[in-house]
Amino acid sequence: MADFLMLSLVPLVVAVTISLTCALLGNFLVLRRQSLIGDAISHVALPGIVASFLITGTLAASAMMIGAGVAALVTVAMIELIKHLGRVESSAAMGVVFTAIFALGVLMLEWNDASGVHLDVEHALYGNLESLIWFEGVHWSSLFDPKALADLPPQLARVAWVGLMVLTFVVVAWRPLVVGSFDSAFAASIQARPVLTDLLLVIMVAITAIAAFDAVGSIIVIAMFICPAAAARLMTNHLGKQVAWSQVFALISAVLGYVLAGYGPGWIGFEASLSAAGMIASLTGLILLLACLFGPHRRRDGGQPASA
Amino acid sequence: MDVWLRALTFSAGYNTSLVTLGAMLLGASAGMIGSFILLRKRSLVSDAISHATLPGLMLAFIVMAALFDNGRWLPGLMIGAGLSAAFGLWGVQNISERTRLGEDAAIGAVLSTLFGLGVVLITAIQAMNTGGQAGLTDYLVGSTAGMLSGEAQLIGVCALVLLIAIFMLRRQFLLVCFDAEYATTNGIPVQRIDTLMLMLLLAVTVIGLKVTGLILIVALTIIPPVTGRFWTDRPLQMVAIAAICGVLAGYLGVTLSSVRTGLPTGPLIVLSTFALFALSLLISPRRGIIAMLVAHYRFKTRVHLRQGLLAMARREAIYDTLTLRVLRRHDFIRRDHVPTPAGLAAARDAEHEEQLWSLYRSLYPDEAAHLDHLGLEPISDCLPPDMMMLLELRLHSPLRSAS
Repeated sequence: MADFLMLSLVPLVVAVTISLTCALLGNFLVLRRQSLIGDAISHVALPGIVASFLITGTLAASAMMIGAGVAALVTVAMIELIKHLGRVESSAAMGVVFTAIFALGVLMLEWNDASGVHLDVEHALYGNLESLIWFEGVHWSSLFDPKALADLPPQLARVAWVGLMVLTFVVVAWRPLVVGSFDSAFAASIQARPVLTDLLLVIMVAITAIAAFDAVGSIIVIAMFICPAAAARLMTNHLGKQVAWSQVFALISAVLGYVLAGYGPGWIGFEASLSAAGMIASLTGLILLLACLFGPHRRRDGGQPASA
Repeated sequence: MDVWLRALTFSAGYNTSLVTLGAMLLGASAGMIGSFILLRKRSLVSDAISHATLPGLMLAFIVMAALFDNGRWLPGLMIGAGLSAAFGLWGVQNISERTRLGEDAAIGAVLSTLFGLGVVLITAIQAMNTGGQAGLTDYLVGSTAGMLSGEAQLIGVCALVLLIAIFMLRRQFLLVCFDAEYATTNGIPVQRIDTLMLMLLLAVTVIGLKVTGLILIVALTIIPPVTGRFWTDRPLQMVAIAAICGVLAGYLGVTLSSVRTGLPTGPLIVLSTFALFALSLLISPRRGIIAMLVAHYRFKTRVHLRQGLLAMARREAIYDTLTLRVLRRHDFIRRDHVPTPAGLAAARDAEHEEQLWSLYRSLYPDEAAHLDHLGLEPISDCLPPDMMMLLELRLHSPLRSAS
């Protein structure tokens, strides 16, 4: 059991927190048909981090976050610029920008051979959830021991703060968010400031993606922004219930995914563990698949499917 | 520099030349098929396809490693990648057609979950401890450094076949992109052509895996078509320009990567095509930023010139500095802002023009609205002579003041 505390508790909590946070924001992204913003932003986090490493020479968390944040800002600005100045369709503009910036990141990484410093493309994609070890977590009593708690991996506190911030944002901005998601013209007419809300939503997505990137890699972030919310959308017509469903789905896939990746191979006789981030992403996809097949509101008209 | 020159002139060795040719053919076919996908407004579908190849790649590796002890046989890996990409494509199609979710959500969901599954399989392979797994992560960002000549030939030949197929089907593709209903009435099986288009996209993606890697192949199918769009409004020309752009990108990318050992090919190809895109965004004569700025400046000076002349005709003082500068440039005013004789004549002309325009607008408001002119052009260029005569007569006849 001490093993669990030391090796698994922190990754599990981090995975759950990230999943819940992403799924919460994902509800609005899916409704607004902006799902791929999360995809674009998590791709450009890598170049930002590489650039900040090349400039500052450290892998300090703050420098990395700032680098990734700047990269995200540059990306969003470039997408808008190309969309409006070049009159390019928005998904194509997005494709142009994020692939180019990602390519730049990979090039910078290989050119400077920074791969030696635990910074590589694979890490960026799958994250290192398993490496979040709590060395002082030797016994349950450690949970109440301030000295042991101080040794918790810093990623835990970071994702917790981000989760709290996103939760506050959604609660405070609930009405403008909802109105803007369904009818932005109406939102503008009642002074709900859809543009400001949009911008804040994108900023929240960026912050979440960047905080999560460090802890769990980008793949889980993209999956969690989209799949739980999309599955929840097929379960109900009520937005409040949809958010609740998405949280349940996120929780199930995070916990089950982590357990399956860590202990699943052992059950069938292999002494190895699989990528937890990948497993969580796969499971949430499985949930979406089930929702697509059996969700009560899966049809376009939103009603109950015909009995046929 | 020397190395680069040799690579540029195809004299850096048989293998490099072969890889360069392969990448150029790949760029051409990616640019062409990408153009149709862009016209269909489904650019990011290729993102889903390319990420969805990962689990297939890894499964193919596992199967081949178990059966033949060598999991890195390229054709086998390609078949695996193609199968799982087809599964992903089927998923995107079904989710966006049969459920209420948008295509963006379908793309994102398929992309992330299949990629996640692929990552799980990668860790499984690492745990299996079979040989030859070192090169597997090359498929993420591409690597042509260790490419065998057989592999390069395979890629080149496949790309060539695709290129020919796309070329033969271009007219059907265009018809489906622009007017699916008309295509149906012409007896073209729209659904099948659409599927064929996506299958060709899939094939390009699978072939490109080894060259640019699965994350960056998307760029080759999106950026060249967008670049082509800047230079022309004719769809087939756009396809051709996209193909040329793809060829250039492949050529530049592969040759640049031979400058230093260990430089990744994929990112260099993508950055080359992005450079072409950025250049087009700036200097394209039709939709480029510079052309737009110049057009805007010209329009502004014309408006200021006309307003300045009208003000002169009405003997009003002019304060606006730009107006003064424009008038001065045309020598319509002196340095002390006193009108020159030429300026006074131009002012009279301008006022006359303006009176004709406003008379025309009051007489024929509907036609004037449809003319789509801003009243800055000489009116005799926009209207037929008989109409001009009528307007002149009305303008000078006493009837006008009476009515």
